[in-house]
Amino acid sequence: MSVRPSDYPPPFSAAEFVAEPTDPPDERIDVGVLIVGAGPAGLACAIRLGQLLAEQPELADRLGDVPVAVLEKGKQPGSHEVSGAVVNPRGLRRLFRGAVAVEDMPLYGEVEAEAVYFLRRSTAIRIPTPPTMRNHGNYVASLPQLTRWLAERAEEGGATVLPETAAEKLLVADGRVRGVRTGDKGRGRDGQPLPNFEPGSDITARVTILCEGTQGHLTGVALDRFDLQNDNPQVWALGVKEVWKVPRPLRRVIHTMGWPLRPGAKYREFGGSFIYPMGDDMVTLGMVVGLDHRDVELSVHDLLQQLKTHGLVRRILEGGERIGWGAKTIPEGGFVAMPKQLHAPGLLFCGDGAGLVNVPALKGIHYAVESGRLAAEAAFGALQPGRTPWAPGGLQAYDDAVHESFIWTDLEQVRNMRQAFGRGFYLGGMMAGAMTASLGKFPPGNAKTERDSDQALFRTGRARSYPAPDGKLTFDKLSSVYLSGNKTRDDAPNHIRVRSPVPRELAEAWVHMCPAQVYELGEGDGEVAVEVTPSNCVQCGAITAKGGRLTPPEGGSGPEYTLT
Amino acid sequence: MKIAVCVKHVPDATVTKRIDPQTKRLDRSGEGALNPFDTQAVEEALRIKEREGDGEVVLISMGPERALDSLRKALAMGADRAVLVSDEQAAGSDLVATSRVLAAALEREGAELVVFGQQGGDSDGAVLGAAVADRLRRPLISQVAELEVADGKLKGKRQTEFGYDVIEAPLPAVVAVSDAINEPRYPSLKGIMGAKKKPQETVSAGDLGLEGDNLGEAGSRTSVVALNDPPARSDALKIEDDGSAAEKIADFLAERKLL
Amino acid sequence: MIAVFLEHHEGELQKGSLGVLAKAAQLGDEVAGVVLGSGVRDLAAQAGRFGAAKVFVADDPALEAPLPQPRVDALAQLVREEGVDTVLFAASVLSADVAAGLAARLDAGLNWDLVDLVQDNGNLVGKRPALEDTVYVDVGWTSEPRLAMFRPGTFDPVEAGGEAEVTDLSPQFEDFSTQAAMLEQAHAESEGPSIEDADVIVAGGRGLGSPENFALVEALAKALGGAVAATRAVVDAGWYPYATQVGQTGKTVSPKLYIACGISGAIQHKVGMQGSGVVIAINKDPNAPIFEFADLGVVGDLNEIVPKLTQLVEQRK
Repeated sequence: MSVRPSDYPPPFSAAEFVAEPTDPPDERIDVGVLIVGAGPAGLACAIRLGQLLAEQPELADRLGDVPVAVLEKGKQPGSHEVSGAVVNPRGLRRLFRGAVAVEDMPLYGEVEAEAVYFLRRSTAIRIPTPPTMRNHGNYVASLPQLTRWLAERAEEGGATVLPETAAEKLLVADGRVRGVRTGDKGRGRDGQPLPNFEPGSDITARVTILCEGTQGHLTGVALDRFDLQNDNPQVWALGVKEVWKVPRPLRRVIHTMGWPLRPGAKYREFGGSFIYPMGDDMVTLGMVVGLDHRDVELSVHDLLQQLKTHGLVRRILEGGERIGWGAKTIPEGGFVAMPKQLHAPGLLFCGDGAGLVNVPALKGIHYAVESGRLAAEAAFGALQPGRTPWAPGGLQAYDDAVHESFIWTDLEQVRNMRQAFGRGFYLGGMMAGAMTASLGKFPPGNAKTERDSDQALFRTGRARSYPAPDGKLTFDKLSSVYLSGNKTRDDAPNHIRVRSPVPRELAEAWVHMCPAQVYELGEGDGEVAVEVTPSNCVQCGAITAKGGRLTPPEGGSGPEYTLT
Repeated sequence: MKIAVCVKHVPDATVTKRIDPQTKRLDRSGEGALNPFDTQAVEEALRIKEREGDGEVVLISMGPERALDSLRKALAMGADRAVLVSDEQAAGSDLVATSRVLAAALEREGAELVVFGQQGGDSDGAVLGAAVADRLRRPLISQVAELEVADGKLKGKRQTEFGYDVIEAPLPAVVAVSDAINEPRYPSLKGIMGAKKKPQETVSAGDLGLEGDNLGEAGSRTSVVALNDPPARSDALKIEDDGSAAEKIADFLAERKLL
Repeated sequence: MIAVFLEHHEGELQKGSLGVLAKAAQLGDEVAGVVLGSGVRDLAAQAGRFGAAKVFVADDPALEAPLPQPRVDALAQLVREEGVDTVLFAASVLSADVAAGLAARLDAGLNWDLVDLVQDNGNLVGKRPALEDTVYVDVGWTSEPRLAMFRPGTFDPVEAGGEAEVTDLSPQFEDFSTQAAMLEQAHAESEGPSIEDADVIVAGGRGLGSPENFALVEALAKALGGAVAATRAVVDAGWYPYATQVGQTGKTVSPKLYIACGISGAIQHKVGMQGSGVVIAINKDPNAPIFEFADLGVVGDLNEIVPKLTQLVEQRK
């Protein structure tokens, strides 16, 4: 009897996170434009708004003391950012319009050379770089570093960035979004207020822009509330990566496919690895695997450890030292899984939260930046004298602009590729090739996506082959969580919703899936209790794809990524 | 009553800390935060001000420009004003130099009560309060786990190895609070947003009447000579219990005079 | 001349100070102990037995309470009048305040948290751990007098017998130094040392299997005169109080001896105790990470080993 995670849904309802404003008017915080998430999308939006408001100071005045506010649940902008990353500078160039040269941004230089390998256990076969993966003209970046820099630019432009602030509820009244309610601080394990309890606040704004990234909490809530979910469900991959100090510079960007993933269609193990140079003395590498995988024992963290034992990778890391680790999900549904529209009354969706990721090219940052920029322009337009942002169609200009942009063209072209790999690596590869050659015209139509949690699980025994952590090349999950800088109060309330008890297989799948060792098997025979250690959680979002639900914990908690 | 709280911006505890092999000083270029021990000092000062019904809480700090971020967090908690002594020449100051600079800033401020946190996080010495108290020529109560202020006097419960002392001192005075004293409040959003508007002053050493040779390495009396790896632990022993493990452990302890 | 600040409590010179005295005696210079208090002349003789050739005593009511500032006055005077070039302290709540106040008073360099002090080409060099004990730093002084504070318990006292030449000091006190007054002085010794002050700690983790098994840990700790500590996992599970938690989100301890029972040694725990002198680990999992940094690793069943060990310790004490 095989187990499907979706048969054991978590105790969660989006309605719990929608509310009307309740704070009395003098306690409410009123801002002009409220951006949720200080990542590349949110900060690009704030930067563009700063530019526009500088040209129209009267509007800035009318928006009050705080024309633009950006909320960030992490300790500071960048704390929760994980990415490869090789960034297409197109979005950043358009955002800064020449005022800042790409050379002056905190990037690790242009991609000099690249290689793609197909791995077997002890061999690596170089294959021609698929056209979608060509990185000529792109730059290697550390996303947390880039984000911190963008946050400074946003503040220079007049935005107020509020870190350590989680947006917990969507404020909706009269059918339109009014803003958000921030999360409480200072609750104990059972939710009881502690002596330094500080309740959240209602923040009201004329336009709210959700830039929450993958598995965006309020994004999911809003798509539900306004019935904007696509019939094609969103799907995700989990990426686990490390940053290493190395004695010999790596001079090319490397991607691999194949081992340690299994090519057969029944396994549904879509993904691969990346190895990027960060300057002369650092390298970042990661493993990315679709969460529709069916093997109970698949652990992306452990696959990464296994990958490092391959000769190709071991040579690169020889003599080096691990200095960073991170984990985060990536939305992979692409074009066909995007929301029905990217706006609702008083609300806009940007970036990864809206699923704007080009999976074959492994790119999403420049779409995030561009969508943030376009959202700023649409919001600015809707705030002009005589316009009401929440009138029906008031923010339609944003959808129109995205449809006209390179975001749409790119995503449409590659719209069926990820789903093709649901047929296995070889068939998928052939279909992907055909799609590329035809610029997306073949096959016609849109393939469907299937929910990750609908995949029935089975066991393969692969956990036996995971390398035992040696503390030099391979590492356990707990020491990795430590390296992420995770600071979550031991006595914080549990922010993770999972059904318990569940069939043993499902609980085991969660134990393997989670890169931070949050879940443990409790007592039980056929069904076991699921024990949760929320203070380990690095908020990657994997659990939401696989049958549970991540909600935002207390603002300021979670990892403090600096290099990932 | 004017209360001055000495706070420090320290490298984030979670960022991998390293000592710069060139300067042999702590590499502070990573992220920074308000020293958690100092948030407790700020909290205590705010509670005193709230109990008294009026007064002013002023933050005094010595550090680079980016220390203003930490000062803003403390202002968001409710402090009224911040003064940052920021001077390149002050980099690399040891206890002697740092206490000199802080004392000068405190003299200029003229607060009745000066509050320190338990220790400066990264260098972990619970020493600054005593050094500054001596320079200000004021009575000191340190390791205070409970503090009362009434009728121009301080009464502190001081945590020692032997239990608690109760010590009294007249104002003006210097207090160093222990980490048992309170649980600091979370700044409210309004507090965070209002912090930017509160007065933040940056002064140089010259503004305090101090010259180059009073600060930084020139003004210090200690130095870092070298960095080394920690001494290797002598070869570790690993044994499997065959029934005699307890004896072996006892022998091991006896050999090392730990019994 | 090296002066060693000898702290005392209820008629006894403190072990930490006597340890520093033993270290000072090794350094080769003239060594004097300093005893400050009220009605403390008898302690001078004790100092002699533990390695002080000379002892300076200041006996004054102003020094009765263990408050730091009058001691700064006395020491500053001593340094000036007797040509002391180095003053050593064993770290404690009182010593930290005295040493720091003295540093400010004399514009003298103070290095603290030292675990050793050596002569190198005529210069004194202190050695101290930094950054969670991952790096060792050599520190020095650029002027005299040199002030140094040692990590608690670094050195053992050496009772060599011997008599000290006693000199009385008549300290003058600053006005501000005597403004703080002791209303109630701490006397009570709590039941056993708190884990941060303990010389010996026996810690229990998940491998104990049940909260009841903490009784084994407690018995061993009692036999060794030490304190009981716990890992976060068992504290979270409610097996033992949070005050005993050692680790990243608990307390940091550096006892002379740390015995870990049923503890895997994940890094979050390790950072709380890696400064321990000797680490013994008992765990039935041979791959537990703790075996990588334990001085003595025992793979076995703690239910068998710990009670036996407790018995042996009682016998051999």
